[in-house]
Amino acid sequence: MYLHNRLESKSNFFQKIKDIDFILLAGILLLGIISISTMYSTDGGQVLFHTKSHFVKFVLFTGLMLLISFLNIRFWFSISYIAYFIIILMLIWTVNFGITASGSQRWINLYFINLQPSELMKIFIILCLAKYFHRKRLENVNSFYSIIFSMIIILLPMSLVIIQPDLGTSILISISGILVLWFSGLNHKYFFYSFLISILSLPFIISFLKPYQKLRVLTFLNPDRDPLGAGYQIIQSKIAVGSGGLFGKGFLQGTQSYLEFLPEKHTDFIFTLFSEEFGFLGSVILLLLYAIIIYRVIKIGSISRSYFAKLFCYSFGGSLFVFITINMSMVLGLLPIVGSPLPIMSYGGSSMLATMIGFGIVMSAKIHSKQAIA
Amino acid sequence: MINQSDNVLKLNSINRRMFILAAAKVILLGGIVSRLFFLQVKENKKYLTLSDKNRIREWKLPPVRGHFEDYFGNTIAGNFEAYELHLIPEEIENFKYTINRVRNILQLSENQFQKILKKKDQIKPWENLIVSNNLTWENFSKINNNLYDLNGVKPVISISRNYPFKENYTHVLGYVSQANEQDIISNETIKEKFVQGLKVGKIGLEKTFENDLIGTNSIERYEVNAYGRRISQLEFQKGDKGKTIKLTIDTEIQKLANELLAEKAGSICVMDIFTGHVIAMHSSPSFDPNKFVFGINTDDWQLIRNDPMKPLVNKSLSGNYSPGSTIKPIVALSALENKIINANFRVNCKGHKKPLELYGQKYHCWKKEGHGIVDMREAMKQSCDTYFYEVARRLGVDKLSETAKKFGLGKKVFEDLFEIEKSGLVPSTSWKKNVLGINWVLGETIITGIGQGYIQTTPIQLCLMTAQIANGGHKIIPKLIVDSKTDDEDKFSLIIEDAKNMKLVQDAMFSSTNEVRGTSYKSRIDDPKYQFAGKTGTAQVKRITKQDRELDLDTSEIPYEERDHALYIAFGPYKNPRYAVSIVIEHGGSGGAVAAPLAKQLFKKIIDRHEIRKNFESNKYLNI
Repeated sequence: MYLHNRLESKSNFFQKIKDIDFILLAGILLLGIISISTMYSTDGGQVLFHTKSHFVKFVLFTGLMLLISFLNIRFWFSISYIAYFIIILMLIWTVNFGITASGSQRWINLYFINLQPSELMKIFIILCLAKYFHRKRLENVNSFYSIIFSMIIILLPMSLVIIQPDLGTSILISISGILVLWFSGLNHKYFFYSFLISILSLPFIISFLKPYQKLRVLTFLNPDRDPLGAGYQIIQSKIAVGSGGLFGKGFLQGTQSYLEFLPEKHTDFIFTLFSEEFGFLGSVILLLLYAIIIYRVIKIGSISRSYFAKLFCYSFGGSLFVFITINMSMVLGLLPIVGSPLPIMSYGGSSMLATMIGFGIVMSAKIHSKQAIA
Repeated sequence: MINQSDNVLKLNSINRRMFILAAAKVILLGGIVSRLFFLQVKENKKYLTLSDKNRIREWKLPPVRGHFEDYFGNTIAGNFEAYELHLIPEEIENFKYTINRVRNILQLSENQFQKILKKKDQIKPWENLIVSNNLTWENFSKINNNLYDLNGVKPVISISRNYPFKENYTHVLGYVSQANEQDIISNETIKEKFVQGLKVGKIGLEKTFENDLIGTNSIERYEVNAYGRRISQLEFQKGDKGKTIKLTIDTEIQKLANELLAEKAGSICVMDIFTGHVIAMHSSPSFDPNKFVFGINTDDWQLIRNDPMKPLVNKSLSGNYSPGSTIKPIVALSALENKIINANFRVNCKGHKKPLELYGQKYHCWKKEGHGIVDMREAMKQSCDTYFYEVARRLGVDKLSETAKKFGLGKKVFEDLFEIEKSGLVPSTSWKKNVLGINWVLGETIITGIGQGYIQTTPIQLCLMTAQIANGGHKIIPKLIVDSKTDDEDKFSLIIEDAKNMKLVQDAMFSSTNEVRGTSYKSRIDDPKYQFAGKTGTAQVKRITKQDRELDLDTSEIPYEERDHALYIAFGPYKNPRYAVSIVIEHGGSGGAVAAPLAKQLFKKIIDRHEIRKNFESNKYLNI
């Protein structure tokens, strides 16, 4: 059957190209161009390391995405567990032999690239759980066994990431997982109760936080308590966004960023720079672009015949939205600072790789939307 | 494997939940957009200001101080280019290395070096650390040659104060020096304009007119990055130079006054008797104010401070002297005005053998043999003390003090122009009762009549008094600053009852200088162009004992501190008076012998300069 499919896919190669979701592709390419231009601005209007590296990665990963999209969705279905397992191994490897940077051990050295497995886990946890619930009957979803199993699937990578330590990514991983549970039909009351429990245990959790994390929470509640220390990032970020105004200061004219008042402008705070230079209108357009992309992802999910593809697309679209929302809320001072990149826009290979793999699978789902998975 | 109905159920469930989540997403997206709107549109102004505050930093430069000019427009306090060396600590990579390089180039002493290090700790890293504010040209060029490896070292050509006439104007202008904590606290303007190295007036007119002279800072606006490093200059806002202040003083006469008082302690004041313009006002000894501009060194300071002739005291304004016989014109005038005496009133002066005895006290005339029977003119001419004892006794101290106050004694001449000016003292019975709590004794009236006792005057007061005698008893307001205000002319009002009395006094003063036996006869000028009238005075510093009287020592034989002050007041030209002069020589001896000869030289110069001054004035009006 597998061989048959391959032959089929070969014969239908042009058909597959025709089936590519061009709106999604155009959206991703446009986002890529915007992100590279923004990176060019963070380099002070010169093609320096970040711009070059971001460009190369984007081109490379777009190719990878297209490659993935031509692979049958069944292939992804079949390797879901293995992929999850490999990344768990990578995380264990990271904990023991990872590369440390700015106080956190997050990367593994693959000689040609430093990979951050926790970023990949954001996607592969969806894949793994989607496969698990694909087979489950609706009445079995709420069974004790399946809840325990999915809990383990979520908590295992979470705990491996939290000890790096990387609270932000581990929260994002769990959100990705929880989204799959939501779509798979887990009873509402579980979400309600666990939400209640987490609210109630918040003071308890806070007491377990590291001092710098506590500081971030306190700073979020009142950034002015230490404007040159812990509150500096968020205050400068708000100044940058606010001073952008309706139309922005203009491309390469963001004084907050090129005079180096903005910290982390390549990564988590890339939206701040974009917003400073392109203003409210630019920001809304960027949000709209993200909305179109997410809409297409969900649309593809809705037309997919297979439950696995549907579950993946909805969850991936959902988690993409959550990543964007958390990142933006953070730089706009609506949430405490947790390390969370803005998909595609932020500098960082692993994050882009994970997102592009996700898009690739979604595109594969589109191309193979007629396929059912047994 | 999966039956159809379950599949449908699952699809229904997932689609339903997808819609719930989609709704949540729309709400969240709306939240983010509204947050963006709030920050970027509603609060835009606030954040734009904050962003500019972040990136723009201002550097204030020292303002350029206004000049002082004399009456003819010559600069008497100006500015010159000083070579300074500044360091900007934050721009220096290796401070220790750089400071030692600079130290070697400039050959700084250990003491200076430590001072600089101390100053560095007090300033912010982006502020200028002033290593030297008055480099020689040689050192300045050495630094410039070595600039290639002295990052953060800035040779600066700055503007600093210069007094071209050195000690001539010190007591009028004062001097400027580095602003200290006290200056900043006491003056809001200095506080506002303060920059490292700002020099402000410490004393004299430099201090009084600080707010006019100081000017406004030039401001450099730079764009800086988050670390405070300058990226680019955005703006240079040039400050205004301070106001130029023009004095009424004539430098030529001021210089002559300084020469005449060389090696002496004392004061010369010259005043225009109609306009009240102060033509010269000098106190001797003086000192070079340029030494204070960059901070005086200890040796020079000790020299000035320990000089027995007290160069730091402005004798013209804050020297309180007994007027001695120079008060006699006022005593005579007061008696005439109050009709106590007339011109023919006579007193017999019998000399030391038979001194005037009143209420058990003996009152001696200065002349051993006595003057015989004298009238007012003769008494003034020869400065007969006995005559004025008698007149004062008849007049009473209260009437005398009333007249003296009308002529400007007992109160500050320049009001609040000088902090250090003293008001002198004109005693009266009520004054003594109120201040000392003792009743007035008649004997005190008698010695007040010859300008001894409680009465105290400053040289500038004596000059004003003389000017008002010379102009026929009209009130004038003395002026040191030329300004456009002309409402003072209205105040040129008569302060005496009868102009004839004034004439009598003027004539008596004329005789004192220009007739045989007059006390300053030797200093007369016969040429009517320069002819002046005056009155000598010799103020006792110490009570004359019987022993002293018998010894009758020459001035040079008495210790310096105990010698009499020599005084002289005069006005001229006699036929058509224009200028009044007061001369005080501390511990000089007799007024006739020491002070009056100076007047002779002074009047020649003053009258010669009068023509030039008048022409300058009329030219000035023509130019307008």
